[in-house]
Amino acid sequence: MNEAERLVELIPRLRRYARALVGDRATADDLVQDTLERAWAKLHLYRRGTDLRAWLFTVMHNVHVNRVRAARPTDSLGDEMPELAQRAAQGDALLVRDLDRAIGCLPPEQRAVLLLVTLEEMSYEEVAQALSIPIGTVMSRLSRAREKLRGLMMGHAVAKLKLVK
Amino acid sequence: MNDADLHAYIDGRLDAEGRAAVESWLAAHPEQQERVAAYRQLGETLREAYDPVLSEAVPAHLHSRRRAPWQRFAVAAGWIAIGIAIGAVAGWWLHDSRPAPAPAADAGAVMARRAAIAHATYSPEVRHPVEVGADDEPHLTAWLSKRLGTPVRAPKLEAVGYKLIGGRLLPGESGPVAHFMYQCQAGTRVTLYVRADDKSTRETALRFSREGNVRVFYWVDRKMGYALSSADISKETLNKVADAAYQQLNP
Repeated sequence: MNEAERLVELIPRLRRYARALVGDRATADDLVQDTLERAWAKLHLYRRGTDLRAWLFTVMHNVHVNRVRAARPTDSLGDEMPELAQRAAQGDALLVRDLDRAIGCLPPEQRAVLLLVTLEEMSYEEVAQALSIPIGTVMSRLSRAREKLRGLMMGHAVAKLKLVK
Repeated sequence: MNDADLHAYIDGRLDAEGRAAVESWLAAHPEQQERVAAYRQLGETLREAYDPVLSEAVPAHLHSRRRAPWQRFAVAAGWIAIGIAIGAVAGWWLHDSRPAPAPAADAGAVMARRAAIAHATYSPEVRHPVEVGADDEPHLTAWLSKRLGTPVRAPKLEAVGYKLIGGRLLPGESGPVAHFMYQCQAGTRVTLYVRADDKSTRETALRFSREGNVRVFYWVDRKMGYALSSADISKETLNKVADAAYQQLNP
């Protein structure tokens, strides 16, 4: 299998990560599309024998950072991306909505680390490489992300209990 | 116990010795067990929530190597695009520089365009939005099935907030077309364009197109072509409705 075929195979995984990262489907697929455009254009720079998945997630990370930086309210994207700012509901499950909202509360850099570790099951070294940060930073972000989400979920459980009363 | 080891333990990154060390430490610190369990649960919840994305059909435009120029063009061109003759459009598509565009994609795009026009024509109708109302659905589907020469049915979209209000028969490129209209409680409408084509043997995943202010999700399932249109709801919401229709019509 050549790189191009493997790249296509990895698209569903890019979509899963993007969905969790940005929240709504349309924005996530736009991110994936931009990532793929960049990846196709730069595929000749990818070094054979190295991890294509890690390379692809690095590309996505860079594209995402640039998009976030470039996103301004005056963007002329019109209603193509109406919900860029708000993280919209994912599915019908209340759980997913709450989870999605909770993830949205995390600082983006913590979110990226948690999702790569949890969804992609990347090793800490791979995460460090993909995000171009030291491994110590990976650990501290992971730790903070988990603790913050635990707090949010517990808060949610408490709120639910109160409602039941 | 340092925090990094605890996370490495949760993520299965420790060797047997490291695991044993964490486990014996946890045995002595029950309050920390709770934290570890919560982190684990969090991971499972995340995977449960997002793993379904892995099995979704990948939108066709993500498979093409570059953003199709028509996607940007369509936004700018607006309603003028609708006025372009179908033949001119087909010719223009041939200039599209994507690698080897499949003929079915062209046929699908033409269908999406016709669906958008039908949507723009009929969805604003207040008094006569449909020819046959949903109160007589068996008659509606029997009639449309007979005219299309193949069984046609209106998917149930209540679960995604849309109720069938009825349907009508339309002229298509190669024969009659069924057109179903749905409405949500807020009054916004979506229409489903159903084409029968016994010459086609292709199948496509869900694709997205935009004609002026009408958004269209469309797909081809061997003999049938479907296009779901809306001018009022976001691409994302329409996608949910399209998914629901797609799942029922292509089980």
